[in-house]
Amino acid sequence: MDNMMETAKEYQEYVNQKSPNSPIWKNCFNAFWIGGLICSIGQIIFSFCLYKGLDETTSGTIVSITLIALSAFLTALNWFNKIGKIAGAGSLIPITGFANSIVAPAMEYKSEGYVMGVGAKMFTVAGPVLVYGISSGIIVGLIYFLFNAQAVLV
Amino acid sequence: MEFWQNFDWSLLLRCFIVGGFICIIGQILIDKTKLTPARILVMFVTIGTILGGLGIYKYLVDFAGCGATVPLTGFGNNLAKGTIEAVKENGFIGIFTGGLKACAGGVAAAVFFGYIASLISKPKMKKQ
Amino acid sequence: MQKIGKQTLKFDLKPIILETACIAGPKEADGPLAKYFDECLEDEMWGEKSWEKAESKIVKETVNMLISKSGVPSDKIDYCFAGDLLNQCISSSFGLRELNVPFYGIFGACSTFVEGLQLASVFIEGGVNYAICSASSHFCSSERQFRFPLELGNQRPPTSQWTVTACGAAMLAKEGDGPKITYITTGKIVDMGIKDANNMGAAMAPAAFDSLMTHFKDTGRKPSDYDAILTGDLGHIGKDILIDLCDNAGYNIKSVYNDCGVLIFDKLTQDTHSRRKWMWMLCKCIFWIFI
Repeated sequence: MDNMMETAKEYQEYVNQKSPNSPIWKNCFNAFWIGGLICSIGQIIFSFCLYKGLDETTSGTIVSITLIALSAFLTALNWFNKIGKIAGAGSLIPITGFANSIVAPAMEYKSEGYVMGVGAKMFTVAGPVLVYGISSGIIVGLIYFLFNAQAVLV
Repeated sequence: MEFWQNFDWSLLLRCFIVGGFICIIGQILIDKTKLTPARILVMFVTIGTILGGLGIYKYLVDFAGCGATVPLTGFGNNLAKGTIEAVKENGFIGIFTGGLKACAGGVAAAVFFGYIASLISKPKMKKQ
Repeated sequence: MQKIGKQTLKFDLKPIILETACIAGPKEADGPLAKYFDECLEDEMWGEKSWEKAESKIVKETVNMLISKSGVPSDKIDYCFAGDLLNQCISSSFGLRELNVPFYGIFGACSTFVEGLQLASVFIEGGVNYAICSASSHFCSSERQFRFPLELGNQRPPTSQWTVTACGAAMLAKEGDGPKITYITTGKIVDMGIKDANNMGAAMAPAAFDSLMTHFKDTGRKPSDYDAILTGDLGHIGKDILIDLCDNAGYNIKSVYNDCGVLIFDKLTQDTHSRRKWMWMLCKCIFWIFI
């Protein structure tokens, strides 16, 4: 490079200043109300389950399953990516995003076959979530076990 | 309808606000960092298990209900909570059985509906 | 053919671009360059079962169209240089398997087409009569290969680019009428450490700048000697950066320079963010001129 941008760092700074930023206020607003709305739908289902006399754990599971089913349905209708484009984290962070990240690869890799395509690549995006979620859960359990060993064993 | 008469509207409002705020944190991570969606999901789940393991997250759940349980941090909290409960009940083996048991419904549903969706639907060209 | 300067070859025979052909997808057909495409598709699948098969079909039909437009029978064609973005260049190799022409599969990402032109023109200088160059890409197959499943609900940042669905092909000949390739300057790999996969223009601009400067130095020319200087797919951000870089080095390219990625889509109406294109791409490594 001739006389400008001698270092990668200078160039990076120049690029940062040159590149447009994401419209963060608009994105945050959309993420807020869509994310809030999804949680509220969950809350209504949850309250309804309690009202019907189910216990909290079962109600929580029903909320998860319903939202996951809804998300899978919207993904299958090719609508979820349109919602996601507007909502950003608003549809990604709730459990709907987790479901979408399993359903979308399943549909995408269908053309590579049902076993090595759908079956194997379903977890390309969500796999890490399960790996880290389950592993950190086990670590939490292990720590809890060690610290409360006496209480548990007695 | 009796259900709506007894409905806790202030809980719904808290749920909306807390759920929305958790999503805003995610949105700031998307816009201000180069983290991919998968990394952000991993972060949220892991933070959820840590907070759940420390016993902090349950206060948020008590306050906001589904506003705290529906975001992926709630999924992580569920894993931690399930593991701890299983350890209490079954001892050592609970470390391994508790987490997945607690989130079995969600994971199984996602896998099954994902498979069904791949049978009935195809990805479409994005227009935008 | 002789080497001049650091990275440039000067041709004596001056290979001729006898004919070109291009098939593009529906989104490209809505863009400002639509009238220059030989054929525009109504649908990205083109009746095939997968995006990759569709891309193969686009390659096949483009090359067939090129052959019939140029009037050169396929048994007279000596070599074919083709590439795309997919692993093992599958869309080119499956698309061209029935062509029965000696085949070079090439991969240069955004510079594949010009890479092919360079190699083919060196072959023509070496005495070969006809050579085909082709390059293709498909939005959906590239998304799958490099990014995320189409149905994943993620947001594209404003710096992200849009892969073009299209194939472009050119017939190079020793003799005939058409634009001539007089010099080729092959670029080096220039990495300024941009790690953002959603800002490819900024990552590629320094390499384009380096190639341009080398070309000017090697040939002793200046930007005003050219009617047009084109890069492949720097996009809006990369284009601005390249103009800035050249300005700082004392070359004003603004009046003749454009970027194909900028040209192919309309920023205001098509929402492709930075978009990219890669059919007539002169990005990164190369740089050629018509006389």
